[in-house]
Amino acid sequence: MSQVEVRNVTKRFGRTVALDDVSIAFEDGGFFALLGPSGSGKTTLLRTIAGFHFPDSGSIRIGERNVEKVPVEKRDIGMMFQNYALFPNMSVAENVGFGLRVRKVGSAEETRRAREALELVQLGHLGDRRPSQLSGGQRQRVALARAIVTNPKVLLLDEPLSALDKTLRVDMQIELKRIQREVGITTIFVTHDQEEALTLSDRIGILRDGRIVQAGPPREVYNRPVDAFAAGFLGEANWLSEGALAGLTLPADPSGRRFATRPEALAISAAAPAPGMNAVRGQLVQRVFAGAMATCLVEVDGQPWKLIARDRDIPELPGDGAVWLAWAPQDTLVVPA
Amino acid sequence: MSPIALLGRIWLVLILIFLYAPILVMAAMSFNASPFYQLPFEYSSKWYSDMAGNEQIVTAAIRSVLIACAVTAIATAVGTAASVALFRYEFRGKRLLQALLFPPIAIPWLITGTAMLVFFFTIGIGRGTPAVIIGHVALALPYVIVTVTARLSSFDVTLEEAARSMGAGAWTVLRRVTLPWIAPGIVAGALFAFAVSFDQFVVSYFLSKPGDSTLPVLIYTAIRKGFTPEINAISTIIIAVSMAVMFLAARYSKFGGDR
Repeated sequence: MSQVEVRNVTKRFGRTVALDDVSIAFEDGGFFALLGPSGSGKTTLLRTIAGFHFPDSGSIRIGERNVEKVPVEKRDIGMMFQNYALFPNMSVAENVGFGLRVRKVGSAEETRRAREALELVQLGHLGDRRPSQLSGGQRQRVALARAIVTNPKVLLLDEPLSALDKTLRVDMQIELKRIQREVGITTIFVTHDQEEALTLSDRIGILRDGRIVQAGPPREVYNRPVDAFAAGFLGEANWLSEGALAGLTLPADPSGRRFATRPEALAISAAAPAPGMNAVRGQLVQRVFAGAMATCLVEVDGQPWKLIARDRDIPELPGDGAVWLAWAPQDTLVVPA
Repeated sequence: MSPIALLGRIWLVLILIFLYAPILVMAAMSFNASPFYQLPFEYSSKWYSDMAGNEQIVTAAIRSVLIACAVTAIATAVGTAASVALFRYEFRGKRLLQALLFPPIAIPWLITGTAMLVFFFTIGIGRGTPAVIIGHVALALPYVIVTVTARLSSFDVTLEEAARSMGAGAWTVLRRVTLPWIAPGIVAGALFAFAVSFDQFVVSYFLSKPGDSTLPVLIYTAIRKGFTPEINAISTIIIAVSMAVMFLAARYSKFGGDR
C-alpha cells in the first residue's frame, strides 16, 4: 500500500508520442480509474507504471522508491490482464502461489497464503482445478487473487472486466470494489467504459492524446468538466449554440466559453416553464420508452439534445412536437471554448 | 456402402500397398532362411543373429545412434533458443534471417554434402565424426525451428508479462512459463532431429571417414558388394525405429493441429 506518483513522464514509440509530459498522483489506498478513448495513452500509462515500458523522461515513484529504471519483476506490483493470463500448465492454487514461490516464502506459507487469497475471492474450494475448467467469472477471480496474494504496493488492472458479459460484469464490479476496500490496496484501473469508471473509482483521470485532460473525484469531473472533451467523454452533454444563449441565466460571462447541460438535468414540457429556470425551445424528434426511464431526442436550434428522465415525470406532449426544455441555472456546465 | 465409398476404400488400400509392400517384402525376407530369397518361405532368425555378430554393423549402429543423440541435443537446444529469440524480438533483417533458415530443407542433400565437404576441408575440420555431427545439425536445425515456432505461435505473451509482474526474472519466466508451453514442440523437434540424423545417408557419405561409417553408409557399401539378407535385417530394424520416432513426433506435434 503506497502512494504512486508519476511526474513529467514522456514516452514515445517511434514518432508517436504515447505519453506527453504526464504528471499524476495516485493516493494511498485509493481506487483510480484511467479513462479515455483508444489511443489516448491510458494503457501505456498503466504499463509504464508496471514497468513494461521505461519512460523516455520523467520519474515514477511507488511508495518511497523511484522505479522508472526498475524492471517489472522488481517493482512489487500486482497486475490483472484483460485476458486474465492464467498459466494453463498450473492448477488454480499454483497460479495463485506463483508469486509467493518466486519470492521463496516456503511451501507451508505459500499454501496458506494462496488459500487465504482464494477464500477472499470466494474460490477456496477450487484450488485443484485447472484454469481451463473455470468459467470466465471464476478465472477473473483467480487472476485477482493471484495479483494481490503477494501484498504488492499497487494493483494495476488493464480492462479486466471487458471480457465478461454484462450481468457478470456488474457482479464483478461490486466484488472488485469490496476486495479493494478490504485489502486497502492502491488500485489503478484502465477502462474505456465510463459507467464502470464512475461506479468503481474514487478518482478518475481522463486521458486524450497522451495527456491527462482532467483528474479528480467522479462527481467533480462529471459536474465541472474542464473542457468540451471531458464534458462529452464522461457523460453526455447537450451543447448550447451561441444564438440560444439570449435570455438565459448563465453562471459566467459567455465570451470565450461554451455552455452545456446534462441529459438528466432537463425537464420537458409543452408550456413555457416557470420563471427563474433556464429554458430553450425545441422540436421533439423521438421519445424512447425504456421501462422506468425514458429518453427524449429533441432538436434545439439545430443541435441534437437528449433528455433522460423517469417516464412518469414526462408529461403529455403536443402532437406537433414543439416543446420546452428547462433546467436550473446552476446545472449549466461551463467550459472554455 | 455406396459404390463411391467402396472405390475410395479400394484406392486407399492400393496406396498403402504401394507405400508399404516393398518394406513388408524386405521385412519378410529378413526372416526367410534362404540367402537367395527363395520361396517357399521358411522362418529363420539367422540373419538377425548374423547381424548381431557382425562387428562392423554393430559398431556402425552404435556410432549412428550416438551421432543422432549428439545432433538431437545440439539442434534442439540451438533451434529452441533461435525460435524463442525469433518469437520474442523484433530486429532488422529478421524476416530475411527466417527465410534463410529454410533452404536447408529444400536444397538437395547431394549439393549440401558436397558444399560441406569442400568447406570443412578448407577450414581444416576435414572428414570424420565431428564433421558428420556439424553437418547433421545444420540439416536438423530447420526442422526444430519449424516445430517449435509452430507451437510458439499459439503462445500468449501476456503469460510472460503476468509472470514478470509477480516478480519472476527472465530465467524463471522461461523455465516455468514459456518452456512448459512449448515442450510438445520441443519434443517433436527433437524427434525430427533424431530421425534426420539417424536416416541421413548422403551427407554422412560425404563427411564420414572410410573406417567410421554410419549405419546407412555401411549398408550402402555392403549392398555394392552383394546383397545379403543381413542387410534386410538391419534395414527392418532401422525402419521400425524411424517409424516409431515419426509416430511419436506426429503425436507430440499433431502436425500443426492444436492440443
